[in-house]
Amino acid sequence: MRYLSMLAVLFALIATPSMAVEPDEMLPDPVLEARAREISKKLRCVVCQNQDIDSSNAGVARDLRLLVRERLVAGDTNDEVLAFVQARYGDYVLLKPPFKPSTYVLWFAPPFLILLVLALGWRVLSASQRTRPSHALTREEEALADQIIKNHKKGGRE
Amino acid sequence: MTRFLALIPFLLAVILGAFFIWGLNPERDPNEIPSVLISQPAPNFALEPIPGVEVPGLSRDDLLNNEKPVVINVFASWCVPCRAEHSVLTNLVERDGIRLFGINYKDKAEDASRWLAELGNPYERIGADTSGRAGIEWGISGVPETFIVGGDGTVLYRYVGPVVGEAAIAKFRVALTQAGVLGTGAS
Amino acid sequence: MTPEVGHFALALALALALVQSTVPIIGAARGNLLWMRSARPLSIGQVIFTSIAFGALMLAFIASDFTVRNVAENSHSLKPLLYKIAGTWGSHEGSLLLWVLILTIFGAGVSLFGRNIPEATKARVLSVQAWISVGFFSFLLLTSNPFDRLFPPPADGNDLNPLLQDVGLALHPPLLYFGYVGFSIVFSFAVAALLEGRIDVVWARWVRPWTLAAWVSLTAGIALGSWWAYYELGWGGWWFWDPVENVSFMPWLLGTALLHSAIVTEKRDAFKSWTILLAILTFSLSLLGTFIVRSGLLTSVHAFSVDPERGLYILMLLALSIGGSLLLYAWRAPSMEAGGLFKPISREAGLLMNNLFLAAATGIVLFGTLYPLFLEAVTGEKISVGPPFFNSSFVPMMLPLVFVLGLGPFLSWKRADLAGVLSRLKFVGLICVVATLIVWYMTNGGPVLAYVSLLLAFWLAFTSCREWMLRIRLFDVPFADAMRRARNLPRAAHGMSMAHLGVAVLMFGFIGSSAWKSEEVVFVKPGSSIAIAGFDVSFQGVNRVRGPNYIADRGALVVERNGQYVTTLYPERRNYPVARSSTTESAIRSTLAGDLYASIAEPAAEQEGSNGAWTLRILYEPLVNFIWIGSLMLVLGGCLSLTDRRLRVGAPKQAKLPRNVAAAE
Repeated sequence: MRYLSMLAVLFALIATPSMAVEPDEMLPDPVLEARAREISKKLRCVVCQNQDIDSSNAGVARDLRLLVRERLVAGDTNDEVLAFVQARYGDYVLLKPPFKPSTYVLWFAPPFLILLVLALGWRVLSASQRTRPSHALTREEEALADQIIKNHKKGGRE
Repeated sequence: MTRFLALIPFLLAVILGAFFIWGLNPERDPNEIPSVLISQPAPNFALEPIPGVEVPGLSRDDLLNNEKPVVINVFASWCVPCRAEHSVLTNLVERDGIRLFGINYKDKAEDASRWLAELGNPYERIGADTSGRAGIEWGISGVPETFIVGGDGTVLYRYVGPVVGEAAIAKFRVALTQAGVLGTGAS
Repeated sequence: MTPEVGHFALALALALALVQSTVPIIGAARGNLLWMRSARPLSIGQVIFTSIAFGALMLAFIASDFTVRNVAENSHSLKPLLYKIAGTWGSHEGSLLLWVLILTIFGAGVSLFGRNIPEATKARVLSVQAWISVGFFSFLLLTSNPFDRLFPPPADGNDLNPLLQDVGLALHPPLLYFGYVGFSIVFSFAVAALLEGRIDVVWARWVRPWTLAAWVSLTAGIALGSWWAYYELGWGGWWFWDPVENVSFMPWLLGTALLHSAIVTEKRDAFKSWTILLAILTFSLSLLGTFIVRSGLLTSVHAFSVDPERGLYILMLLALSIGGSLLLYAWRAPSMEAGGLFKPISREAGLLMNNLFLAAATGIVLFGTLYPLFLEAVTGEKISVGPPFFNSSFVPMMLPLVFVLGLGPFLSWKRADLAGVLSRLKFVGLICVVATLIVWYMTNGGPVLAYVSLLLAFWLAFTSCREWMLRIRLFDVPFADAMRRARNLPRAAHGMSMAHLGVAVLMFGFIGSSAWKSEEVVFVKPGSSIAIAGFDVSFQGVNRVRGPNYIADRGALVVERNGQYVTTLYPERRNYPVARSSTTESAIRSTLAGDLYASIAEPAAEQEGSNGAWTLRILYEPLVNFIWIGSLMLVLGGCLSLTDRRLRVGAPKQAKLPRNVAAAE
């Protein structure tokens, strides 16, 4: 039943595809507006199913878009704006996970994997270089085999 | 290749499986976001009263220096579950004597006052958050949400959704008791 | 009555699957030919009964039979017929039925077309396939019955989400499922090989057509989904790193690795355990995808049903199939003989790096998608891992791969002369640098990563072309001769060139539409005009238009460039009264150079500055159509390879198979 009450609480249910940023929200200064769009793409709409506030129709998303622009006009840097929203909604609202001890594993995973790939590649490639014990016949064994075959043929003809 | 290396994919799959089993726990709600406000001082906000409603407005100052913790309920007249929740909250005020403050979220004054006139007004104070900015300060993602704020202004608890239904009410009462709002005599 | 027939047919199919999962494989162990051969009629029977079930559900949708719960929840009498039919697979139960239908089709396919496969192997493969079928049939019948009745039936249905009422999206699941399920056959072959304790070049040859078919289908399915998102959702994006998207992408990445690894196994009898592992993992990722989408584990726009009980059942299936096969792998794989030797600079080495990079990329996507779950389980914290993470980690991993991709076809098997190859390609390299500089000059600047990616895209494009040209000795010999050589080349060679070139084309599309997109969002009243990307767009006004199950506001936008009329765009805002939601239908003008993309919406009444105006959003996306063209080239390349004569003629006879270096292919 919790699901039902949660659903009742949410503003926007499915992602009704959006117009999202509306002209009346946009700042007159194009540089600031561009920063606002950029920041909006990094903030998650907390009531939607995995969307950023730049592309969500939800009421909360619109409020946050306005808030972002307000903070920019007040002189915050991009990071300060993000921190402002993060202070109120937690790390969940950041689409780029913050770099802190609980996410070290996540952020170190890509370089780690690349190194692993290179190491594995190196290992396999150098292993394939090493000659394996040859199952081929040595020269003496070749000669012996030739003899046997010749004898067999001779024997067969008789 | 060694036996150990060949076993790694299997081991990784097992670890993944363990996480999945944990994830399937029906109590878990993947959409729920924990509040950052818990154990933090209440956010800064100052809201005017709703014109037409007699109770005074609500601001941060009203939350400091209370003898007992208070309950803050974020509601709106356009919010359907809030109606059902209203009677629960009224009960808590009348029978258990909790102090109830309200934040009227993104509502029109006439609609809000009409709603309160119709259902009754259990709120000691109501702040009118017409822009929704105060709501953002409280980190709300929808309506209704209810907070328990300690006497010194520290946020103790947040409940998302309407406090409606036996399970929800029971859970909220537990939180109230733990906060010290309810005596243990309450049922 | 028909739904009951369908239900019964499903139960019969399960019964057949149960028999098929035991008799043939026991027969293979005992050498009993009759038992082994039983797989054939059993698999055909399965396909027939599953088709009956599927047909029954489809009929219920077509007839709008609302006594069937699935139809009542997902359809409506006013829905156009195409979408009624598509509604068959638009829900959790229906799509699962589709999944299982394709499973049985592939099984029957192997029994009918796998003439060159020895009976024992075929029996084992079909039995493993039947194990999977049993799992899914039982899941359907026990937890997700599509034929559940509803009494009393409602007067009309709930209607399908209008977002999904679209041709592209109707085709998206079937194609995707052909891909996912196609890899099940390769999985079955792999498990059968592990059980038999043997994998050789012949095995790789059998597996190739199925892998190709699945891969082609998956490519088409993903591309279709992206294309749909692009033109339907209204903001011109085509990939969001949403968990469900990622979950379809991972089998594709590993499937590509599998395809290439199987080539090495076939030609050089090497990479055996690697190929087997990839075969198991690719299908495992398909299964994982099914699980994540249907269990409510993660939040996603796409998620089907939020039902932990069903999730638990699927998890059990996963544990048995993935856990079992990986355990089998751990037991049997180390005893498989390693294959041919090769030098660090050789085609095998290139393909090895290809595999490793693709696997690492898959690992990144998997880890990023699941990390929120991991963190929450361990510390209770909730974080989001979104596009910024994936873009910054996935792209750098792919770029070196693109370089190797261009270089690879020039390397010969076993041992290649890198210096020689590079010197042959230095002219190509120069052209790439020049081309990139030209683009840099023409554009007004952009992120450095865009130019680096562009350089690599040019590299891939030109090396692929050059390789093909060299192969048919174009410009070296008279044109007719070159054409004759081209005709005589095995189709797979053309397929490879086409597919690799397709990747380059894809890259151009990705880079252009991401780095150099421009956008305008404004309030417009009839008569207002906006300039974007060299176009002048003037808003003519809005008309009310009626559709079969919607009412729409249609805007008219006249587009001109330098005073010349170009086109008129008609974006719509549609309202679906029954489903009580609305969609935006964008209007797009597509050319090779880019898309002009417009959508409208009515602003909320209380917003300042609106009063009677409409919100207009126009985007210009350069080169975005290269994405769809590139995808088509991938599909075409795969199909070319599929129709290669050598795949039909059959595997070389096992007895005499000299280990020679194959011709440069």
